[in-house]
Amino acid sequence: MSRLLPLLLPLLAWGAFSLSGLVPPYILPAPQDVAVTLVTEAGVLWPNLLVTLSETLAGLALGLVLGAAVAVAMTLSPRLGRLAGPGLVASQALPVFVLAPVLTLWMGYGPGPKVAMTVLLVFFPVASGLRDGLAATPPAVLDLARISGASPLRTLLWLRLPHALPHLGAALRIAVTYAPTGAVIGEWVGASQGLGYLMLMANARMKIDLMFAALVLIVAMTLVLNLGTDRLLRRVGM
Amino acid sequence: MRVAGLQGRVLLEGQELVRDLDLELPLGWTCLLGPSGAGKSTLLRLLAGLPAGARLEGRRVAPARIGWLAQQDLLQDRLSLAANVQLAARLRGARPDPARAEAMLAAVGLAGRGRERPEVLSGGQRQRVALARVLFDAAPLVLLDEPFSALDPATRAGMQALAHARLQGRRVMMVTHDPAEALRLGDRVLLLKERALHDLPPLAPPHPRAPDDPELALCAARLLARLAEVA
Repeated sequence: MSRLLPLLLPLLAWGAFSLSGLVPPYILPAPQDVAVTLVTEAGVLWPNLLVTLSETLAGLALGLVLGAAVAVAMTLSPRLGRLAGPGLVASQALPVFVLAPVLTLWMGYGPGPKVAMTVLLVFFPVASGLRDGLAATPPAVLDLARISGASPLRTLLWLRLPHALPHLGAALRIAVTYAPTGAVIGEWVGASQGLGYLMLMANARMKIDLMFAALVLIVAMTLVLNLGTDRLLRRVGM
Repeated sequence: MRVAGLQGRVLLEGQELVRDLDLELPLGWTCLLGPSGAGKSTLLRLLAGLPAGARLEGRRVAPARIGWLAQQDLLQDRLSLAANVQLAARLRGARPDPARAEAMLAAVGLAGRGRERPEVLSGGQRQRVALARVLFDAAPLVLLDEPFSALDPATRAGMQALAHARLQGRRVMMVTHDPAEALRLGDRVLLLKERALHDLPPLAPPHPRAPDDPELALCAARLLARLAEVA
């Protein structure tokens, strides 16, 4: 019950606020109306949820692989690390959302730009988080590698990577929170399906209940992804 | 110097840390005493070929394979005890040999526990596994950097005897700040003070002396008094 409280409190506040009559329902629909819409419009909502979910998961997987590969490459090759490291740090300050229209211009209205947007949001925390983790191996542990004449690759696999797992876990938790945002923003800029597209479409047609239903599904999807990732990472000790 | 040793001088930021160095390690235990900051660990790290923060101006001779046992046991929490025992060898590129790993664990009194994780072990048991890691790698030169200083006295005495028994027939150099430990184990006892190595008279064999050996107690007390003067 106490774990549900952070979810229930805003819901109750929302209900109380809409009951008070201070705002008309076309600005803020009542939670029960949105709940009804979630059921009656399920035929519209679910296929679009699946689209957004698959874009999010594809972007997560691709961003994770690319980010991890870059972090490992920069660790194995100190020269590459010195060359690309400052760029990696600086790129974190880039508001990647501004790239969404450009990505849509280049890649069209299909899932491409949504996945690319998600990859951009996932890539940087994973790459820089894992790179920091790989560099944070205790010096005394690295003594063992040096005295054994271990190659950089063996040092990475046996010592650096295990010590970097908590860093990678923290980066993944952040990445999973960002990922759905990337897909939805991609859909806002230009799409013919997905929850982001559905939100804009419902808004334009004054179907405010449907817009809020899509919003609720995006929030729920992000929460489920978060909790699932957290469970999984805990299980493997990250 | 044929097998293992250091010659020359050690410089730390342009200052001489140790001069007229001519250290050759014989078979058996060489114990290095000295006040904190004298450069004991620096010498050991130079001999190991590890980054020491200081520069050796001279010659280092060491075998390709060196065993390393530090104050921290360096056990990896995500690896089983058997995998930890094989870690130094695996880092070198050796093939896994679980049977031999179990044998080494048995040699340090942890028979049949290869599948457990380091987190279930006490400090003394962890240091035993670290010793098994050194044994597994079968290096002719073993360097110890205050390996027993974090253990309680009884565990420490047990570990000293165990390490001495298991490292027979190798060249061992141990840095310690405990005169009793140095005298108990050392075939050769060195004191690093005023930037030079001095040979101290070791106790006659057999080593290790029993913890309640009266000669050990007396000589350790005298040596401690002498070290206190130096410090």
